[in-house]
Amino acid sequence: MTLLGDRERLSYIAAQAADSRLNVELETEGMTLNIGPQHPATHGTLRIIARLDGEQVVWAEPSCGYMHRGYEKLAEVRTYPQVTTLVNRIDWLGSFANEVPFILAAEKLMGVEAPPRAQYIRTILFELSRIANVSLFLGDLGVQLGAITPVFLAFRDREYVLNLIEAATGGRFHPNFDRIGGLKDDLPAGWVDETRSVTKKLRRFCDEIEDLLFGNEIFQSRTRGIGVIPRDVALQYGLSGANLRASGVDWDLRRDHDLPMAWKHAQWKVWTHPDGDSFARCWVRLQEVREATRIVDQLLDAIPAGPVMAKVPKIIKVPEGEAWVSTENPLGEMGYYVVSRGDLGPFRVKIRSASFNNISIVPWLLRGVYVPDIVTILASLYFILGDIDR
Amino acid sequence: MSAGAAVLLAAGVAHVASLAVEVPYWGQSLLRVLGGAVAVLLPAGTIVYVFLFKMMSFMQSRLGPMDAGPYGSLQLVAEVGKWLQKEDIVPERADARIFKIAPVVVLVSTFLLVAVVPFGPDAWFTDFEGGVFYALAVSSISVLGILIAGWSSANKYSLLGGLRAAGQLIAYELPMVLAVVGVVIQAGTMNLQDIVVAQNAGSIFGFAGLGNPYVLTQFVGFVVFMIAVQAELTQAPFDMPIAESELVSGYMTEYSGFRFLIFFIGEFATAGVFAMIASVLFLGGWGVPFAWFGWTGLDDVSGWMNLAGPVIVLTKMMLVTFLIMWVRFSYPRFREDQLQKFAWKVLIPVSLANIAVTSVLKVAV
Repeated sequence: MTLLGDRERLSYIAAQAADSRLNVELETEGMTLNIGPQHPATHGTLRIIARLDGEQVVWAEPSCGYMHRGYEKLAEVRTYPQVTTLVNRIDWLGSFANEVPFILAAEKLMGVEAPPRAQYIRTILFELSRIANVSLFLGDLGVQLGAITPVFLAFRDREYVLNLIEAATGGRFHPNFDRIGGLKDDLPAGWVDETRSVTKKLRRFCDEIEDLLFGNEIFQSRTRGIGVIPRDVALQYGLSGANLRASGVDWDLRRDHDLPMAWKHAQWKVWTHPDGDSFARCWVRLQEVREATRIVDQLLDAIPAGPVMAKVPKIIKVPEGEAWVSTENPLGEMGYYVVSRGDLGPFRVKIRSASFNNISIVPWLLRGVYVPDIVTILASLYFILGDIDR
Repeated sequence: MSAGAAVLLAAGVAHVASLAVEVPYWGQSLLRVLGGAVAVLLPAGTIVYVFLFKMMSFMQSRLGPMDAGPYGSLQLVAEVGKWLQKEDIVPERADARIFKIAPVVVLVSTFLLVAVVPFGPDAWFTDFEGGVFYALAVSSISVLGILIAGWSSANKYSLLGGLRAAGQLIAYELPMVLAVVGVVIQAGTMNLQDIVVAQNAGSIFGFAGLGNPYVLTQFVGFVVFMIAVQAELTQAPFDMPIAESELVSGYMTEYSGFRFLIFFIGEFATAGVFAMIASVLFLGGWGVPFAWFGWTGLDDVSGWMNLAGPVIVLTKMMLVTFLIMWVRFSYPRFREDQLQKFAWKVLIPVSLANIAVTSVLKVAV
């Protein structure tokens, strides 16, 4: 614990103190509370075993695996084009973003690169799924903290994005649109103009949410200083995405990795926040949606003409080798380590999904907090069960 | 609403000797029971439909129920039917007798509360001097129901919810009482009927066209009272005892079927009754400014106010409930310790200061 700011050190000491203070003043009996696997705060089937003293958490441990679907194993008996159907369902709210790193890894092994137009469209769809994903987070945040209205606004405006994804790919939730060497189809007519109007709506949605939630005093008092993750703790636990940026680490794979994608052609900013608390995590995500709409707007203006598919054989056989590609997905770093033995399908696929690493910090973070703060912290860490259990 | 008003009127006029209708004692009691049921259930149903079904939906850019009846107006009937058909589950390890009594205890406090609300010059269930005192006392009975519901359910979430409710309701009882004390000082009486008369017969600096509704002079008291009511009703931003994202449903977690229905009715009926009491204490209750018709006191008021009064009270109740629901649908939830801090560090000092200022002015002016 070196190089900590005062604020971070204080919060760490407070958590430690809460740990030792319990049961000293008054000899009370603890209670073990099973939060989940079926519980409204866990977005699915995460189970958190919490030992409570009154309403204070003494010790908490997440228990995952209730929804394990064995995608890594399933991928071994699928051909390459079939794997995208599987990985769509990992982070089901930002499904297109799951396909991209896998396809990029396969392309890397085959030595092909998608044509520029396909790269642009990929990036646009990638950012649209980020918007669809994170805007729902912004609404859901309200529900977790007891405000029931924002989530409906989120569902209303996410619908526009899903319609766009459906218009381009044919699937609202599971597009299965990315192909090795490019995309399945070109964009439909009128899609570009429609998208421009949608990004405008989404920016208005961001303003609305900022008014409704982020400016609200109760919201601030519920999130500020709650669940503080100091910078080097975040790094040690392998957090990624907005959770890491909210702890003040300037780290974004869209900018830092040199991938055959179109992010480098747009002007945008990577937002960080020095506080590392729940508010910072929510705030960084809000800014991310805004930046995503900016990226989409700029790429729509600059989208080049040309084919959307490179020359690849009908039956795809990936040459022997190993490749690792990770991208900045809505939830954080998502990567695939693909091992090929030259067959129709991968020999082994290791999936690195963001949420699994992000919830690993939960036991550290939940010590000494109150029961309502469990919900705040889980909501602000933002995980998707499919992304934890795969 | 007018049907309800008529029954209320009947219940009220049963006492009036001038009508020369001799109703035997059991008849009077029956009329009061019927009137009480209407005065509790009618506002509850109206509030659920107008605010919970429709206003909340409009705030959330959706339509709400549209299929059952015109604009979904019979949705509540359908919901009640659904709840009545459901199995009445008592958890195996629950304290069955207590578990079954709890929702009734909560609802009873609502019925007891409506007993002192005046609906017109003669339309009241009971008219006694300690009305304010009584109302504040019986409103705490619901805490008991919630606490035993949480304890007897044999569920950890219920227990947490019940204990939170107990802490919260006791903390907010105090600011509520202190807020009302301002009104009592200004009116010089604890009788709710007299408080209504004092407001409508009063004048502001000699201008009697508005009466003297205490929301103007006791604005601080009104705000504190409404916040305390919000907490008493366990509605957002004070809904931690229910807190569906943390405690699933708090003390109601294990309840199903008609027992849940009783809790549900109790929640909204209590909202309605508290809104009625707020309108009586701060908005002039059933009366119109007496100067409009040249009345000077309770004895002058025409008999037709017995008919108009309930409608006026219900209208004001809807206005107050609108405030309650507006806040409920917009705000996130406090944390338990923040709620206690808010009660003890803000509301109680403010209402104490309000009492001090009111007393000084009462003596000085």
